Order: sequence, then C-alpha cells, then structure tokens
Amino acid sequence: MTDSAFVVVRPGALTTVQDLGRVGHAHLGVPRSGALDQPAHRLANRLVGNAEGAATLETTLTGCAVRLRRPATVAVTGAPCPVTVDGRPVAWGAAVRVPSGALLEAGAAVHGVRSYVAFDGGVEAEPVLGSRATDVLSGLGPAPLADGAVLRLGRPRGPVPAVDGVPHRGVAPELVLPVVLGPRDDWFTPAGLRTLSTGDFRVSAASNRIGLRTEGPSLERARDGELASEGMALGALQVPPDGRPVLFLADHPTTGGYPVVGVVPERYLPAAAQAVPGTPVRFTPLGRASWRPTAGRTVPGSA
Amino acid sequence: MTVRTLPVGEHGLLIELDSGEAAEALHAELLRRAAARRLPAMREIVPAARTVFLDGLADPGRLAAELPGWRIPPLDRGDSEIVEVPVRYDGPDLEEVAKRWEVTPEEAVRIHSDTEFRVAFCGFAPGFGYLTGLPERFHVPRHATPRTRVPVGSVALAGGYTGVYPRSSPGGWQLIGTTDAVLWDTAREPAALFTPGTRVRFIPARDTASAAPDGEAP
Repeated sequence: MTDSAFVVVRPGALTTVQDLGRVGHAHLGVPRSGALDQPAHRLANRLVGNAEGAATLETTLTGCAVRLRRPATVAVTGAPCPVTVDGRPVAWGAAVRVPSGALLEAGAAVHGVRSYVAFDGGVEAEPVLGSRATDVLSGLGPAPLADGAVLRLGRPRGPVPAVDGVPHRGVAPELVLPVVLGPRDDWFTPAGLRTLSTGDFRVSAASNRIGLRTEGPSLERARDGELASEGMALGALQVPPDGRPVLFLADHPTTGGYPVVGVVPERYLPAAAQAVPGTPVRFTPLGRASWRPTAGRTVPGSA
Repeated sequence: MTVRTLPVGEHGLLIELDSGEAAEALHAELLRRAAARRLPAMREIVPAARTVFLDGLADPGRLAAELPGWRIPPLDRGDSEIVEVPVRYDGPDLEEVAKRWEVTPEEAVRIHSDTEFRVAFCGFAPGFGYLTGLPERFHVPRHATPRTRVPVGSVALAGGYTGVYPRSSPGGWQLIGTTDAVLWDTAREPAALFTPGTRVRFIPARDTASAAPDGEAP
C-alpha cells in the first residue's frame, strides 16, 4: 500500500509526536509541551529540509520502529542510537533516503534518553491550539505511538539540504544545572540553600516529560505550609514536601502550590532531557536576578 | 494595593498582590494594556490566586520598576457577558457541604446559584477555572483523600473556589452537582468556556435540587 503515511511496528517505551509546543495558552491551564530537546528536534528537521516547527517523533530510551508507506528522507538526532533500514545500518545524525515499504528503526539509546526522528514533510496530526505536540500531563495532541497505529506524513516542501553528518554534542558524566534563585528561595533556610548548591543529587527513574525528579538530600524549609497556587515557569525547580527538587520540563503544570527555589534557564534544559536515571546532578546557583525585587503601593483609581 | 515583584529565572516576573481581588484587578489592567499595545512583548500572562506571572520578558527588571507607578482601577464586575451554566445539584458531597454551611441542601443550592462568580484563574487541567464569589463563611476544605475519579462536568468546591471538571480526572474537591456544559473544546475559540475574568452564574436544572445526594454519580 502506498500513501503518505507510516505504520508503527514497535512503539518503544514512549514515543510521542512533538514540535515546538503550544506557547501562549498557560492562562487556560494548557502546558507548553513540545520537544524536550529542542535543538535536537530542530536539527532533525533541518537535515530533512523541513521547517523547524514540523512535527517529529520523540523516543524514550528504547527507540521505535516504523514501516514507511512512501519513500521518505529521514534523520535521527538527539540521543545517539543505532539506526537501521530493513536491518541494514545507516547513518545517525544525517539525512537518509528510505524506500517505500522499508522498516526504519531507531534502536535503544546508546547515550542519553530521547532521540528525534524527522521525516521530510513532517508528521501530520490534527493541530490542537496550533501544535501537534503530545502533552502527557493534560492529554492534548495525538496519542503516544501504539502498535499498528498509522500516522500521516506531510508533503515534502523542497530539496533536502546538502549537509554532512552532524557531530553529537557529547555526554557529560554529570548534569550541571545553573539556577537563578527565586521566586521562593526565602521559603528555605540558609542550610537548605547550601544543600541545593553542594548536595549530591541524582536523576530519579520517576522522571518524565513533566519533570526531572531528583534523588538525594532534602532542602530544609524555613516555613511550613503551601503557597496559594501561582504560575509556574518552564525550568522551575519546585520543591514538594519531601524536599527533593523537581525540575519542570515541557509538560509541566501551569500553576502549582509548592515553592520554587530557583529556575534553570531554558538553554540548559536539553541536557536535562537527555540525562538518564542515576546521572549525578549538580545545581550551581547563578545568584539572584540582576534586578532588585520591588515592593511598593500602586495608586488606586482610574487608568 | 501593595505590589511585590519577584524574579522567575532570567525572563520571568512574578507579581504578588495582597489579595485575590487585587490580583484579578492587576490581571484586568495587564490585559487592557496588552490590548492597547502598552506592554512589552511576552509569552505568557498567567494569573493565579494572589499573583500574576509574566513569562518571556526581555527585561523583567524594567517592568518591575515601572509597576509601582501604575494606576490600577478596582475590578469592574459589571462590564462583561455572564456565562450561564445549568447544573443538576446532585453531587455526592452536597449534603456534607450544606452541613458545613449549617443550612439545608436546598438552601445550599440557593446560596450557590444566587452567587455571581468570576473566573479568577485557570490551572490543574486545560479549561479548569478557579471561580471566586462565595463569601468566606462558605469556604470548605478539600477531601483529605482525593477521589481517584471525578466525572467530567462535576461542579465542585474547595477553599473559596468553585470549579467544574473539564474532563474526568482524580480530584479532591467537594462535588455538589453536575453540568452538561462543555468546559473545554479545542474546536472553539477560546477552547475554554471559563477564561480568566469571565463572569459565571450556575442555574439549577429543574427537579434536581432535591435529588438524593447519596452515592457516586454514574
């Protein structure tokens, strides 16, 4: 059968459709979602001649396999893994031509967690609020890949650029996460903040697209209780009652009531998305923001 | 009103007010300024219980420095359309809520449906609004142990808020009724029936105010 689609032969542990997410809807309770390793997602698209916002597949640790129903140019980026077409090894991190009817497999990740599989024309799915991303927290977007599922491919938009393979950026033995302190660092004791910057944390196996959970010491709180719900940022380090920081990733809830001790700037989040369970984590406080928090009274009355 | 600003990473600004009402007034002012293109570019404006979070600002410190000079008019409660939501007051917790309020279930229904609510903010799930309007004496705690499954359309109370579950999910709020209103529809613009600032009134569906409040909804 020939149509612009592929059939899922092996969905792997969790393979989802991802793009750049649905920004601008947090006030309706809608998480941003989108590829966790955005540079890898963008690169995969560029390699096959897509716009960076085209949808790719994001795998988790064990890869996935699909059978093409049309010839396609594909590229696998992100976590390095063996890539095969009908069982024959092909290049990772490069555009590969796959004939119609062939089985494309991204194998288990050699390093890292999430590989990205781009197809020329992109993965087609009904956009929800402008995005085709699967949001595992709220269930928006297409369902995660399942055995036998058929996903459509878009129309290729033009010639594939002549780009040689791209180098993998390498795997660090530990995950170093710079943190801008606040907004609720005052909910922790000086000892608790020292624990954040000196403690031996590890990536917990309970991590997912919502958050990277840590194992390790507990941050001592200066005050009990919960905050009234407040808006949560991508990269927020939220500290639940057990005292172990959770780093909020793309599918994080838009509001929350546990204090956020600090925020990891977005440029460090792709590395967090690729840190396997057990990886040592070190938080390096960047200090507070460069501007001084203010407190004052506004003038009531008409604008 | 007192305004406190707190940094959230490199590009975020959390503005903390001293009451929920003040946060709603500031949010309304932010939307007015955004509509008039008098706000710097940003990605998100997220109101919550006593804060408004602004994300994606090039220079959050600059806006933080300007804020104390803003004139923020009090909330105008009468200037927008009211969304009417028909409710069968048949929730399994209606009787318990009535007991806490020291009224009969029928009176509890009247109190709830006579109240004009306002969507203070959304969270928890797409389209889940936190509605304010009930006076403090009618605030109720959430369940110590959440239900593993609350049916879609459940009208529920917790703290000072009323909410409606946009889809079936776990939940710890006190369930007082059910609505067939569609809270979340991605084919609609906006997808959420309850957007921050929307006024809401719950209209009792006939014959249900005295329905037996025992047992789980189907």
